[in-house]
Amino acid sequence: MTVPESAPDTEPPQRPPASRRTDASPWNWFLLPAIVLPIMTFIYNNDEPRLLGFPMFYWFQFALILVGVGCTTLVYQKTKRRG
Amino acid sequence: MWRDHLTELIIFAALFALVSVMGFIAARWRRPTTMEHLDEWGLGGRNFGSWITWFLIGGDIYTAYTFVAVPALVFGAGAAGFFAVPYTIIVYPLVFLFLIRLWSVSHVHGFVTPADFVRARFGSPTLALLIAITGIVATMPYIALQLVGIEAVLRTMGLNGEWPLIIAFTVLAAYTYQSGLRAPALIAFVKDSLIYVVILVAVLYIPSRLGGWGAIFDAAQEHFDQTPAPTDGIVLPASGQIGYATLALGSALALFLYPHSTTGVLASRSRDVIKRNMSALPAYSFLLGLIALLGFMAIAAGVTSSDGDTNTIVPNLFDEMFPDWFAGLAFAAIGIGALVPAAIMSIAAANLFTRNIYREYLRPNASDAEEARVSKLVSLIVKFGALLCILVLNPSFSIDLQLIGGVIIIQTLPAVGLGVFTRWFHRVGLIAGWVVGMVLSIWMLYSISSPTRAHFAGSSYPLANLPLVPDDTAGGIWTGLVALVVNLVVSAVVTVLCRRAGLADGQDRTRSDDYVADQGDPKVKDVPELVNH
Repeated sequence: MTVPESAPDTEPPQRPPASRRTDASPWNWFLLPAIVLPIMTFIYNNDEPRLLGFPMFYWFQFALILVGVGCTTLVYQKTKRRG
Repeated sequence: MWRDHLTELIIFAALFALVSVMGFIAARWRRPTTMEHLDEWGLGGRNFGSWITWFLIGGDIYTAYTFVAVPALVFGAGAAGFFAVPYTIIVYPLVFLFLIRLWSVSHVHGFVTPADFVRARFGSPTLALLIAITGIVATMPYIALQLVGIEAVLRTMGLNGEWPLIIAFTVLAAYTYQSGLRAPALIAFVKDSLIYVVILVAVLYIPSRLGGWGAIFDAAQEHFDQTPAPTDGIVLPASGQIGYATLALGSALALFLYPHSTTGVLASRSRDVIKRNMSALPAYSFLLGLIALLGFMAIAAGVTSSDGDTNTIVPNLFDEMFPDWFAGLAFAAIGIGALVPAAIMSIAAANLFTRNIYREYLRPNASDAEEARVSKLVSLIVKFGALLCILVLNPSFSIDLQLIGGVIIIQTLPAVGLGVFTRWFHRVGLIAGWVVGMVLSIWMLYSISSPTRAHFAGSSYPLANLPLVPDDTAGGIWTGLVALVVNLVVSAVVTVLCRRAGLADGQDRTRSDDYVADQGDPKVKDVPELVNH
């Protein structure tokens, strides 16, 4: 993917061989709910039920912030650097 | 008259003086061996930990303008103005992988700007130039808008002249010149602490005076029922949902393409610092949601704007509700809230000019010290340009430009955003997609009209005007997203055509493992030393 096809115009510096680290992880899928839920407005676009005086439209989106934090924290914890 | 606001003014001035001193002292904070290098002046040494990064990025993307304009929007339109909350929920999981990969490849190669990355990835100075120009053009009006935030506060305190604004910005320009990114990083601590205190007090205290949250929402609904506009209210109208969702999604896609957002990220120490921040930054979203609701509180409290400028709603609400000394604190929070992003934005724009225009086209052999010198000077020019925009042009013109800014910056997504994941696109395809996306988005924005304005009346494009959509469809869609889709299609088609025609790809100077490098891994510049040992 990253091997240049044409001859390089300057000699690239010699570099140690590529490591086998990767960003691919099944845990990354847990990022998806926090992206998809907030744009599904039809779920929460209501006045009732209210919570502490807040219409659903507002308390639900405040709750989605917690979903977002949960998702990113989970993925961070599961993919952070070992050692 | 300003004499009626003496206590507020004194507190405002005292806090302003405090952060100015901090701004100058910041040059010695985390002592650099030399300031004559862009990594130091422009990226604070590339060594910020989790806390500093949290304050810096938070101070950078939750700007004074946001604090003033979002509640003003909620005040005027209701639920639609709340888009800022889903927008800032979506953004972190969305850019999680993008940012750590961009950080890694920038760490290895010493990139300072997104355009540096594009230059190396696609081997195309032309594409990098387009990315740099887009970044500068999108950032300039954003800086100008920060001044609108300060202006709203000053006006509420009875200061209507231009001089206070000019003084504030001159001081800002001077310490940014001296201390670079360290200045806003240090000041962000003060700014955000103030904002958190003010808003938490506001959301506990003001509702208690207005009869509780339920009463506030009811008063807002009653108000919207009486307005002639059918689309306002405390929930979205059926026709407003696509506009709301696409604006939130599009704004989230655009945010980290802005050069000033990348600056905050590249200044951090490691991948883990960024990951941790992706789960800690939503604390600001919570705050932003509460700030947005200040718009409803203003309705319930019967607050009106000064001179028909709805941006003065929040300052006026504070002025009316709080004792003078606390209102002064709140105004200082907004005022200082403008300085942090204005500094970072001017640094980002200056870095783009230096790295991708000056060094690329004017002085290819510029030394590190010369780069730092040029960036410092350009940061001054950028700030005074923004000041001139506000003083000479109608402020609403800056708002139009800012609107255009969001729509055009997203046209860099295929090269920058997708570029860290794949090199499939051909450089010619990306340039073609960019050109079509830019022309289309400007044309669409130009054609958006409202009862009061013939052109540039917002960024919501009527769905009915899109091809293949029935003419009686109500509602709108965020312009930037439509233009982005067209941009992507053009990029892909032209890429396939270029490959068929056998057109050479540019040289890719990055390697796949550069994108997963972390703190402590060798950088390209380190490597010859390693080999010699």
